[in-house]
Amino acid sequence: MSHYNFAYLDEQTKRMIRRSLLKAVAIPGYQVPFGSREMPLSYGWGTGGVQVTASVIGPGDVLKVIDQGADDTTNAVSIRRFFERTTGVRTTSRTDEATLIQSRHRIPETPLAAGQILVLQVPIPEPLRWLEPREAETRTMHALEEYGVMHVRLYEDITRHGKVAQTYEYPVIVNGRYLMRPSPIPKFDNPKLDRNPALLLFGAGREKRIYAVPPHTSVRSLDFEDHPFEIERWDRACALCGATEAFLDEIITDDKGGRVFVCSDTDFCSHRRSRGVERGV
Amino acid sequence: MADGGDRPLLRVRGLTKRYGLRLGCLDVGFDLWPGEVLGLVGESGSGKTTVLNCLSGRIGATAGVAEYGMGDGTVVDVLRLAEPARRRLFRVEWGIVYQNPRDGLRMGVSAGANVGERLMAVGARHYGRIRGEATDWLRQVEIAPDRIDDLPETFSGGMLQRLQIARNLVTRPRLVLMDEPTGGLDMSVQARLLDLLRGLVADLGLAAIIVTHDLAVARLLAHRLVVMRAGETVESGLTDQVLDDPQHAYTQLLVSSVLPP
Amino acid sequence: MSDRAAIEVRDLEKTFTLHVQGGVRLPVLRRVSLAVCPGECVVLTDPSGSGKSTLLRAVYGNYVAQAGRILVRHGARMVDIAGAEPRLVLEVRRQSLGYVSQFLRVIPRVPAVDVVAEPLRSLGTPRAEAVERARRMLERLGIPERLWSLSPVTFSGGEQQRVNIARVFAVDYPILLLDEPTASLDSASRVAVVELIREARRRGAAILGTVHDADIRAAVATRVLTLASAEAA
Repeated sequence: MSHYNFAYLDEQTKRMIRRSLLKAVAIPGYQVPFGSREMPLSYGWGTGGVQVTASVIGPGDVLKVIDQGADDTTNAVSIRRFFERTTGVRTTSRTDEATLIQSRHRIPETPLAAGQILVLQVPIPEPLRWLEPREAETRTMHALEEYGVMHVRLYEDITRHGKVAQTYEYPVIVNGRYLMRPSPIPKFDNPKLDRNPALLLFGAGREKRIYAVPPHTSVRSLDFEDHPFEIERWDRACALCGATEAFLDEIITDDKGGRVFVCSDTDFCSHRRSRGVERGV
Repeated sequence: MADGGDRPLLRVRGLTKRYGLRLGCLDVGFDLWPGEVLGLVGESGSGKTTVLNCLSGRIGATAGVAEYGMGDGTVVDVLRLAEPARRRLFRVEWGIVYQNPRDGLRMGVSAGANVGERLMAVGARHYGRIRGEATDWLRQVEIAPDRIDDLPETFSGGMLQRLQIARNLVTRPRLVLMDEPTGGLDMSVQARLLDLLRGLVADLGLAAIIVTHDLAVARLLAHRLVVMRAGETVESGLTDQVLDDPQHAYTQLLVSSVLPP
Repeated sequence: MSDRAAIEVRDLEKTFTLHVQGGVRLPVLRRVSLAVCPGECVVLTDPSGSGKSTLLRAVYGNYVAQAGRILVRHGARMVDIAGAEPRLVLEVRRQSLGYVSQFLRVIPRVPAVDVVAEPLRSLGTPRAEAVERARRMLERLGIPERLWSLSPVTFSGGEQQRVNIARVFAVDYPILLLDEPTASLDSASRVAVVELIREARRRGAAILGTVHDADIRAAVATRVLTLASAEAA
C-alpha cells in the first residue's frame, strides 16, 4: 500500500493525537479534546479507536481487534483488515500474543500484561451528559469535582428498580479524581479496569475526545455503602468450554426457544478448549 | 432570635451594580446577624433583586464588599470568591430559594433525590440514610413522606416551593437568600408557606435575606427591613417601626398604598 | 425594690411628617419627660388623641423619636431605645419589655395557645412548660378551652384582646406598657386583668399605661399623670 502513509494518518495528525494521548495519560480519566479526522468508516463505527490505534501502532506491533469479544464479527474483521493494509503489521486473535488490542464493548477475559495497550471505542465520552447538555458546564463540573449528581442518578435507579440499573458503561472514578465513562463495556468488565498492568486508551471520534487510564491506576465503580457495586453473574457455565467466571452471551439456537450460553470472548473460549478443558471441569 | 455574639454573619458595604449608565443598585449596606431575617422591600426596579443576585453570584457587582463569617471562623468576601469556593458555599452554608421553584429544583428526578442531592454532593454515600433524611425533611415542610419517589412535575405550586425549601435546608445552611418566596401562589397557599418559613427560621436559627414587594410578607417574616427605590436604600430599621412609623416619603407612600385586608 | 427608674423618658419629641399629604407636620409629643420605677403603675389620663398611645409606642421602639432619650432598664443597664440598633430593641422587647397594644396582629394558622406561648418559647422555655403556662393564663382570662387550639382569627374583639393580654402576662416582664388593656372587655375579664396588673406591680414590675375607665384606673394606678404636665414648659 505504497500510496498510503503508515497507518493511514499523516505524521502531523499522529503527532497531534500522540500529544493528546500523553496529556490524557498524565491526567487519568480526563477528557482531552483532539482534532478528530475523517476516517474511512462512519461515525459510530469506531473512528476514535481507529485513530488512537493508528497513532500508536508501529511495525513491530502485533494487533488484535475484537468487537463484543469476538474476533470474527464484521466490524472487527473490517478494522483488522484496514490495519493490515495500511501497516502490514502481524495480526492475531490471541490476547496473550497481542501488543495492541482494539476493542468495542468488551475487555478480554485473559488478563492483560505490562507492555500491552488496550484501545477502547467510545460513543459518548461525557458521563454527565445525561444531566447537563452544556459542554461548558460539564467541564466546570469536572474541574470542580462536582460529582454529587452522578450519585443522584444511582439513587434514582435504586428508587425505581431496587438496584442500580446501569449494566454497561457504568460510571467510575479514576485515580480518585475524575469521573469517567468506561465506554460501553458491561459492568462485568469494570473490575478489570482497576490497577490493570496494561495501558488503557479511550477514543471518541465523533465527540473528538481522548482519555486514558495509565497502568496500575485505581478505577472505582460508583456505588452506595448499602448498595455496593456488583458484577453480573450467570447460574450456568459456557456451553463450549465450561468457564464459570467469564461473561456469557446468550445464543438462540432454534425457533422453539432453545438457547445456549457461550463465552463472549472467543479467544478466551477457544484457548480453554484447546488446552483440553472440558465442560464441567 | 439568637444573639450572635459580636460579629455579624454578613456585612455588606457599598454594594453597587451598574449596567453602563443604568443603575442596578447603589451603595447598599447592611449587617445581618445569625438568626435574623432581613427584608429587602421595594417595588419593581427598586434594585432589591439586583442586591440578591450580586450576593448569590448570579451577576457580578461593580463595587462593594460582602463579608461573610464562615462556620470555621474565616471571613470571606462573597463578591470576590473564586468559583469553586462559591459553589461550595452554596452547597453547604448558604441556600437560595427562587421565586419560581422550577429554577431551584431538578424536575426530572424524584422529590427524594432533589432533597438528597446536596447530601450526596458533600459525600453522603448511604442510600438508606440519605432516604431517611429526605423523608424527615419532607415531613418538616409538610409534604407527605409517601411522595418521596414522585416526580416534582406532579406537585402543586405550593408543594414545589416547599420542596425547594427542603432541598436547601437539608445541609442546615446558616444563611438563606429568598426571592419572593410566596410569589405566584394562591393566598391560602402563601399563608401556609409563610407559616412554615416563620417556624423553620425560628427553629433552625436561620439567618435570611428575603426580597419581597409584599409588605405583609415582610411584616410576618422579617425582623428588619431595608426599603429600596430606584437602586438606593431609602429607609431601614425594625420591621414594625418602618411599617408603622415610616419616616421617608417613599416609605410612607408604599405603606399607605397597601390595601387593607 | 430598687428605687432606680425602670423607664426614664427625657425631653422626648415626636412629630409626624405626612409626606403623602404635602408634608403636613403633626407634633404630638413636645419634650416629654417622666420616670417609672419598679412597683409603680403610672397611668396617663389625657383625652384621646393627645399622644398617650404614641408615647407608649415610642417607648416600645415602634415609633421613631425625633429628639430626646428613652431609657429602659434591660438587665443591669439602661438602654436608650431612641437610638438603639434594631437588634438591641428586639432583645429588650424579648426579655424586658412587654407591650399590650390595642391590636392583636393575627397570624392565620397559629392556635391561640401557641400565640400566647411564643414569647416564653423565645426566652428558651421548654415547649411543654410554655404551653402549660399559656393555658393557665388563657383560663384566667376566661377564654374557653375549646378555643385554645383555634387561631384567634375567628375570635371576637374582646377575645382577641384577652389573648393579647395573656401573651404579655405569661412572661414576667420587668417593664410593662399597657395601652387601654381593658378596652373591649366585659366586667369579669376586667376584674381578671386588674388582678394581673396588681400582681405584676407586687412582683416589682414597672408599669406605664393608659386607662380610660376611672374605676379601673383607681384600682391599678399608683400614680396618675397627664402628658401636658410631663411636657417641658
